[in-house]
Order: sequence, then C-alpha cells, then structure tokens
Amino acid sequence: MADGPTDPLAVAAAVAAASAGSYARIVATLIRVTGDWTLAEDCAQEASALALTRWPADGVPANPGGWLMTVARNRAIDVLRRASVEQRRLRELAVLTSTGAESGKAGDGEIVDDRLRLVFTCCHPALSPEARVALTLRTVCGVSTADIARAFLVTESAMTRRLTRAKARIAAAGIPYRVPTGPALAERLPGVLAVLYLLFTRGYDADGEPAFADEAIRLARLLDRLMPAQPEVAALLALFLLQHSRRDARRDRDGNLLTLDRQDRARWDHEAIVEGVGVLARVAADGPYALQARIAACHATAASAEATDWVAIAEAYDRLARRQPSPVVELNRAVAHGYAHGPAAGLALLAAARAGGALDGYPLAVAAEAELTARRGDRERAAALFRRAAEAHSGAARRALLDRAAALLPGP
Amino acid sequence: MKYLMFVCTDSEPDTDRADWPDVEAWVAENDARGRRLTGDALAETTAATTVRVRNGELLVTDGPFAETKEVIVGFDLLECADLDEAIEVARAHPMARQGRLELRPVVDLDG
Repeated sequence: MADGPTDPLAVAAAVAAASAGSYARIVATLIRVTGDWTLAEDCAQEASALALTRWPADGVPANPGGWLMTVARNRAIDVLRRASVEQRRLRELAVLTSTGAESGKAGDGEIVDDRLRLVFTCCHPALSPEARVALTLRTVCGVSTADIARAFLVTESAMTRRLTRAKARIAAAGIPYRVPTGPALAERLPGVLAVLYLLFTRGYDADGEPAFADEAIRLARLLDRLMPAQPEVAALLALFLLQHSRRDARRDRDGNLLTLDRQDRARWDHEAIVEGVGVLARVAADGPYALQARIAACHATAASAEATDWVAIAEAYDRLARRQPSPVVELNRAVAHGYAHGPAAGLALLAAARAGGALDGYPLAVAAEAELTARRGDRERAAALFRRAAEAHSGAARRALLDRAAALLPGP
Repeated sequence: MKYLMFVCTDSEPDTDRADWPDVEAWVAENDARGRRLTGDALAETTAATTVRVRNGELLVTDGPFAETKEVIVGFDLLECADLDEAIEVARAHPMARQGRLELRPVVDLDG
C-alpha cells in the first residue's frame, strides 16, 4: 500500500471513533432489512476492518460513518447475492443510503430509529436477563465476544454459544423487531432501563469492567435523544452521569477504594455533574430512577461531606422505599436517616430493615451497622463489625475498603 | 406465526381475585379476530395413556408422560404476527391468572 497522506495513529483513532459512532446504526439497519443478526454484525465489523487498511492510503472520508454504512451494505448485498436471497431484500438493501438509513417506517407510519428497535429486541423479556445484557453489549455496543466473556467470567466459546442461542431464540420464538407502542411501551421500558442499569453497574463496580459504564452512558444518551418524552430515561442518564463523575476520585494512590467522605471532591468530573444536574432538571416525575438521581445529585453538588443535605436524601429514600420497596433501599434509607437524624434513628431503621432476615449474608448491611455504631461511639463493637463485613465480602476492592475502615476508626 | 398455547394449572394462582376474565369471551374475541384456529379442554390426566415402541415392542402405560403437580388442561392453536401479539392474547386468558400458559411456536416443516 502506498504511503498514506495521514498519520497512521490519527487514522486508527478516526476509524475507532467512526465505528463507535455508527456500529449500532449499521447493525440495526442491516438486521431490519436482512433479518440476519450475524450477517449484520459481520458486515459492520468488516467495514471497520476495511477502513483500517484503506483510510491510511485514501485519507479519512468526509463522512466516515456514511462510508462505513455503504461498505457494510455492499458487503451484505454481496453475501446475500451469493446466497441467492429473494430479490426484494436485495432491492431494499440497494436503496439504503449511506446516512439516512437508520429510519424505517413503523406500521403506523411513525418513523422509528432502527437502533431503538434493536435495543428493545435485545432487552425483550422473553430472553434471559444474562442474554439481554450480553446481546446488548455485543449487538448494540459492538463489544467483542471475548471482552463480554471476560466480564461474565466464562470462556469465549461459552459466550459465543450463549449469544448464538439468544439470536436463534429471537427468530424461533418470534420476538419482534419493533419498539412497542401505547401501554406496552410503559410495560417494556423499565426492562430496557434495567439492562442499561445492570450494564452500568457491571462497569462501575469496583471490580468491574470500566468500559461497560461508558457504553451504558452512551446508550442512555442515545435513548434519551430518541425518546425525549420519557422522564425515566432522562433520569437514568442523569444518575449515570452523576455516579460516574466520581470515577477518578474513588481510589487512593494505592488503588484502595475511598468512601464518599474521604474523596477529593476536586477530582470529581464537574462537567459531568453539571450535565447530570441539567438533564435531571427536565424530570418532574418521581420515578425510581428520578429519586435515585436526585439522591446522587445531593451528593455530587455538596461542597463537602459535612455540607451534604442528608435531610433531603433521607426524604428521597422515604419516597423511594414507598415507590419501590426492597431490602437494599431500606438499608440505604437507614444510613441516610442515620446522617440526617442521628445514628440511633439509623440503627432503629436498620434493625427494622433486617427483621425477617431479608439482609442476612449481605455484607453492606453489616458495614452500615458498623458505620452507625462507630458514630454512636462504640468503637470496639464497630471494629468487630467492620471486620465481619470484610470477611463476608467477595469483591477484593470492597473488602480492602472495609478492612481499612476498621483500621482507621479513631482511637479513644 | 403459529403458536400452540398449552393451558396449564399452577400451584400458585393469582391471589388477586378481582376481574378475572371470562374464557367464553376470550374464545369469542380471538375466534372473531382469526387469532385462534382451534382449541379445547383436555380430560383429566387419569385418562391419559402413554405409548412407546422400544426394540419392536409396544409399551403402553397409563397416566401422563411426566408426573407433575402442574398439568396441561387444555390447548389453543394461535395465529399471531409475532411473540408480542401471542403474549397479549395469552395474558387475556383467565388461566394466565388461575394457572399458567406456555407459548410454543409451531415449526413449519414445509416452509
């Protein structure tokens, strides 16, 4: 190949950016037209691979995403022509333009973005929860099967089989490639948001796969752009941005996790906080994600740990507990009340939350009791509780955090 | 797509007894829309007979193939555009509350 006019590193970056920006659109559109998930993924990947060899020589095209779409489409036409697929599909493929291809008409004439169809299909309740997350990562985000396998602690071939089964199930069970409308949308949207949330947690978790958090934010942005009238979508995006703003401040120089009160707030991503608060300002309703985002905003906008508006946080947890009761919400509510109204109030709520054994074996409940006990002044008991919580915890980073909390308890 | 919907009992029926749909109305509605091709109730499992042939020998046993608490008590053959439509049809059936429904796509061997 002749010497290219462009710096190879810059070209590689351009290919990566164009692929990240257009992968979902290309895959989603090719799936709608061909009905073939694997073909769509293969063609999208081959387009990126071809860009890597061609752009260094030819230069980065003016519309990189359009170039990738055209190449992927032509590749799909080649493959299908060889497989002598019906003429109708080939004609449909041939008229796909390089840029305006993402919109196909829904039955009622409404224009629906193909990427939205793809998300709703990947997150269909008739697929297992694990399959939904894996399929979304692979097909919507374009994450490699090897990377997904690593995050799920399975071998690559096992993950390949899982993805193949999920795609086969979509076809065999008759799962539609469609965004539900009317009351069905309200029923299905929480399931889609739950997949995004799981994706984010997998990424944000101390021992997780950081790239997944970025993917979750990208997807939430996309959904928010495509469904601007859905308050819980905006709320979820705000929640992600606000939580993610702390990513660089969460660990000390040795890689140990730091609790909120020990983090250097100057290292929080204040641009992300401003954006998150701005997105949240559009949300008036009290949905579960809206309440969680408002709690996160209280933390993110406090000038110091001492200045945190714990009364507002405790109140938001009260509403969340009514709206979406769960042992973990009750646990966090107890902690918030402990800060807002004193450790005794927190310990009382914690005891109520643990009644019936709902939080048995949940190390963070022991950690919360340790924290509240320490603040009430019973250091010896608190230290023992911190150690118990650390022993019960499986994540290495969190275990280290709890061990250190026990060691750092102020002396008499 | 065609779906064979198995109508099954369940050991944990819905505890909310309000507004249980009427099965006659369900049949009338889906027959009228052409979504229900056929369907019926089944006799009790005490009337079931299981048939196998092994090494040329006919084995006939009384009772169902599998002994479980949840049994198939009926079936409906549905014609639906996709799984979402079939789920909507199934959710409106009284046995979605009183028992459970299993949707099995029919494989068109000629297609």
